[in-house]
Amino acid sequence: MGHSYTPGLRVAKRTVIAKDRILPLKGEVVNKVGDLVQRDSIVAKTDLPGNVSTINVVNLLGIQASEIDHYMLKKVGDSFEKDELIAESKSFIKWFSTQIKAPLRGKIESISSVTGQVLLREPPIPVQVKGYINGKVTEVVPQEGVVVETVCSFIQGIFGIGGETWGTLKFAVNSTNDVLEESKITSEFKDAIIVGGAFADYTAIKKAIQVGVKGIIVGGIKDGDLRTILGYDLGVAITGSEDVGVTVVLTEGFGKIQMAQRTWNCLKEREGSMASISGATQIRAGVIRPEIIIPYDDADLSRIEKEVHEAKPVAIGNQVRVIRQPYFGRIGTVTDLPSALTQIESETHARVLKVKFEGDNEEVTIPRANIELIEE
Amino acid sequence: MSKDIQAIIATDCGSTTTKAILIEKVGNEYRQTFRGEAPTTVEAPFEDVTKGVLNAIQEVEELSGRKILDGDKIITTVNGKVGVDAYISTSSAGGGLQMMVAGAIKTMTAESAQRAALGAGAIVMDILASNDKRLPHQKIERIRQLRPDMILLSGGTDGGTVTHVVELAEYIGAADPKPRLGMSYRLPVLYAGNKDARDKVKEILDHKMALTITDNLRPTLEEENLMPARLEIQNLFLEHVMAQAPGYKKLMEMVSVEIMPTPAAVGEIMQTIARLNNINVIGVDIGGATTDVFSVIGETFNRTVSANYGMSYSISNVLADAGLKNVMRWLSFDIDEKEVRDRIKNKMIRPTTIPQSLEELKIEQAISREALRLSFDQHKLLAVGLKGVQQTRTIADVFSQEGTGQSIIKMTELDMIVGSGGVLSHAPRRNQSMSMMIDAFLPEGITTLTVDSIFMMPHLGVLAKIDGEIATEVFQKDCLIYLGTCIAPAGQLKKFGQKIMDFKITMGGKTIEENLHFGELKHFHLGIGETAEVELNPAKNFDVGAGKGKAYKGTVKGGVVGLIVDGRGRPIEFPEDDQERKNTIKKWNQAMDLYPVY
Repeated sequence: MGHSYTPGLRVAKRTVIAKDRILPLKGEVVNKVGDLVQRDSIVAKTDLPGNVSTINVVNLLGIQASEIDHYMLKKVGDSFEKDELIAESKSFIKWFSTQIKAPLRGKIESISSVTGQVLLREPPIPVQVKGYINGKVTEVVPQEGVVVETVCSFIQGIFGIGGETWGTLKFAVNSTNDVLEESKITSEFKDAIIVGGAFADYTAIKKAIQVGVKGIIVGGIKDGDLRTILGYDLGVAITGSEDVGVTVVLTEGFGKIQMAQRTWNCLKEREGSMASISGATQIRAGVIRPEIIIPYDDADLSRIEKEVHEAKPVAIGNQVRVIRQPYFGRIGTVTDLPSALTQIESETHARVLKVKFEGDNEEVTIPRANIELIEE
Repeated sequence: MSKDIQAIIATDCGSTTTKAILIEKVGNEYRQTFRGEAPTTVEAPFEDVTKGVLNAIQEVEELSGRKILDGDKIITTVNGKVGVDAYISTSSAGGGLQMMVAGAIKTMTAESAQRAALGAGAIVMDILASNDKRLPHQKIERIRQLRPDMILLSGGTDGGTVTHVVELAEYIGAADPKPRLGMSYRLPVLYAGNKDARDKVKEILDHKMALTITDNLRPTLEEENLMPARLEIQNLFLEHVMAQAPGYKKLMEMVSVEIMPTPAAVGEIMQTIARLNNINVIGVDIGGATTDVFSVIGETFNRTVSANYGMSYSISNVLADAGLKNVMRWLSFDIDEKEVRDRIKNKMIRPTTIPQSLEELKIEQAISREALRLSFDQHKLLAVGLKGVQQTRTIADVFSQEGTGQSIIKMTELDMIVGSGGVLSHAPRRNQSMSMMIDAFLPEGITTLTVDSIFMMPHLGVLAKIDGEIATEVFQKDCLIYLGTCIAPAGQLKKFGQKIMDFKITMGGKTIEENLHFGELKHFHLGIGETAEVELNPAKNFDVGAGKGKAYKGTVKGGVVGLIVDGRGRPIEFPEDDQERKNTIKKWNQAMDLYPVY
C-alpha cells in the first residue's frame, strides 16, 4: 500500500521550535537575525488603516454630485480634527450657509463626484507583534516579521480557546486522573498557567478567571461548559480570538479524559518555569493546534541548530492514543499492522491495527484512522 | 480521440482526502478499475498538495500493477502496463474558493451575482447590496474582516444609473481587503455590472486590486447573463487563488487539462445525468466541511453550497443549527445528550476518525440526515426559476422576484436523487445511503434514488472536458449505482395506523397486493436492471404524484436496495412519547434492513 501516516500531537521534553511572528499587514521589523528576544518584547509593528466612515455631502448640502469639489473645504489626503469644518454651502449671508463638521479626527479618503459621498478615514490603529517566546531571531521576513527559535519543552493540545499568554507553570492537582475543582483554585495561581488533570468544569474555569489565572492546561472539558463560557455554540473549530479572560488548552478532547502520562510528566518536569501558551485552534484549511512552549532559559541560544520534524508512519512499538469511541482516550502500544482491509463492528471495511493498552494489557483491533501517535 | 486512449489517472484533492481513480480500456469498453487515497497535504507539515496526489497515485500503482509514476513525474505515454494518456484533477482543498459578491439591489443584481458565483463552484461568504440595510461603515468593516479569495462586483443595467455600483466600488476600495492566501498578491475583483460605470470602477479599484472586467451579468432588467462571469471566476480562481495555495503551481504543471473546482465538476455531471435521461434531478455531495446541493429542474440548473454543514470539520455546526433534539430523534437507543454533544465535538477536532462501533455509526448517520436536510432547505430557498445561464425574463417575472423564497423544486415532480460524498458513498450498507437520503430529502410520489459508487463524480466531471464519451461510459457502468425507488404518498395524519394507500406491485411474474398504513415503511426486493409495474390507490388526502386521492399506474426501477413504500407522512411524523419513538425507529430500521442489530 502507499505511504500512509497518522499525524499525532507532539509531546517533546526538549526540542527546537520556530515561531513565525508575522504582522497582519506589511510594516516595520524591529529585530535582525541573531537578536535575542523576550516573550514580551515587540518584534514587529505596523499601523492598520483606520476605520472608514461616510458622509453624503451632496445630500446634506442639497447640491449636485458633480459640483461637490466646489463645496469641499478639505481635499483628498487632508487631515482634520473632530468638529472641524470640511464642507460648506456658499451663501451671501453666512447664517444661511450649511456647514458640515467632521464627526471625528482623521483624513479625507475620497470624494466622489458620482455618488456625492465623502469617505473619512480615522487615524491608523497601531498593531504590535510580541516575541511570545524567549528565543533567537533566525530569520527576518522583510516588512512582515521574524522567525524566533527556542530550545524548549513543547506540547501540542487538541483544542483550545483564548489567545497567546504566558506565566509560571503550576500544578493544581496531583495526578493525571484528578479533576480540577473550583476549591483547588486559589489566589496563589494568579498570573500562572495551571495544570488540571483529566477535567475542569465551568465553576473551576470561572473561578480561575476571577483569581486571574492566565491559562489552564487540562485533559478535557464538557461541550456544554464550553457553550456557557463562550455564550454560543461553537460551530466550526476556529478559535484563538475569544476574550473570556483565560486561555484554555485541552490535551485530550471533550469529556473527562485522563491526561496522557507523557504529557503530564513533561509538564511536571518543567513545573515552576515560564510557559507560553496559545489556545488558537484551526482545524479547517491550515491546521493550527493549541500549544504549550516552555523555553529552557539556560540553553545556549546562540548555538541553536535547526531540527527537522517529519511526520512518520505508524510502526509496531509506537505509543498511540485512541481518539474515538469505544476506547476513546486510552493509551497503548501498537502490536500489529495487518495490511488487508478488515471489517469492524460498524461493518465498515477499514485498515486497522492492534493495540495493547497500558494498565490491563487488553489487546484490541482499532481502525488506523482512530489513533494518533504520541510523538516525541 | 476516445478509441486511442488506454488509461487515464484522475485525482480529486478534497479538504481531508485526495482520491485517485484509474480509468482503463478493458476489451472494448472503458471502466474505472482501481482507486487509491491518501490524506490531502495542503497543510503543515507538508504544505504541498502534490505529495498527497503522489501518495494516492502510488496506492493505485500498487493495486493495479500499472506503472504511472517516474519519481515525482507522471508518465504520460502509454506502453502496455506503463504510463497513462492523461492526468486530470479537481480540487476543493484549502477551503475551496471563497467569494464575496456585491450588487446594487439585493433581490436583483446581488442575487444574480450570487448565482453566478455559486454556479462557478464558489462559497459565497457574504452578499453586499446597496439596500442591505447595513450602514456604509458596517459594510466596509465586513469586507475587511472576511478576507475573501475574490470579489464579484455587479450592479445596474447597461445604460442605467451608475451611482449604486460606483458606491459599492468605493466601499470595496476603502476596505482594501487582503487576500486569505498570500500576503503580497493583489486581491482579484471581477466587475460584471453596468458597462457605463466601467471607467469609474477602474479609477477607484484598478490601482489597488487585480481588477478584471467582463460582461454585465444583468444587461437589462429582463435578462440574466451569468456565463461570462462564471467562466471568468474560474479563470481567476486558477490564475490568482489556486496558484497561491501550497503546491498548486506544481500540480497545474502536472495536469493535462486545467484543474476544476470540485463543485463545478460535480455540477457538470449532474447536468449530464438530467440531460441523458431527460429527467428532473436533485444531487448532493456531502463532504467534511461543506455540502453542495445541485438541482436540474427542466432546463434550470442551480447549485448551492452550505459552507458550514459537513460531517467532520463542520459537524458541530450541524448540531448547532439543527438542534440536538432533531439529531437525537433518529436514534433508537438511550444515550446521554451531553455525551452526544461531547462525541460530536470530538469528531470536529479529530475529523479523520471513522465510526468503529455500530452506535457511533448510527449517531453519525443521524447527523448526516440533519446536515442533508438543512442543506436542502437552503437550496430550496435559492433555487428559483431561472432558465439555465442565459435567461430571458419578462418584466412581470422580475417584479415577482420579491418572492424569491418560492422554490421551483416540487417534490412530486422530481425524478431522481443522486447522492455523493463519504457518508453516502462509503456507508457500510447501501440501504443506509438510501434511508439517509429519503429521510433528509423527503421525496414525494415516485422517486428513483442513486448513489455515486465510490465518489468519482468530480473525476468524471473533469474527464468530460477531455472526452465526453469515456466519461459517460464510465459514469453509467461504474459510477452511478441504482439504489431503487421510493414510493411515498404525501400527506399527513395525526395518528399512526390508519390506512393511507392500497397498492399492487407486479414483478418477476408475481403480483403483491397490500395496504399501507400511516407510519409504516415497507421494503421489497427489486434488483438492478429490473422493473416492476405498480398500481397505487392513495386515500383522499394523500398524493402519489397524480393529485390528492388519485390513482397512479406506472413502471418503477429496481436497484441494490429495491423498492421502498414509505407511509410515514410528509414531513415524517414521529411519536411524541420517547419510548414509542425509539420503538418506531427500530421498526423503520428493521424494515429497511439498515443494521445488523437494531
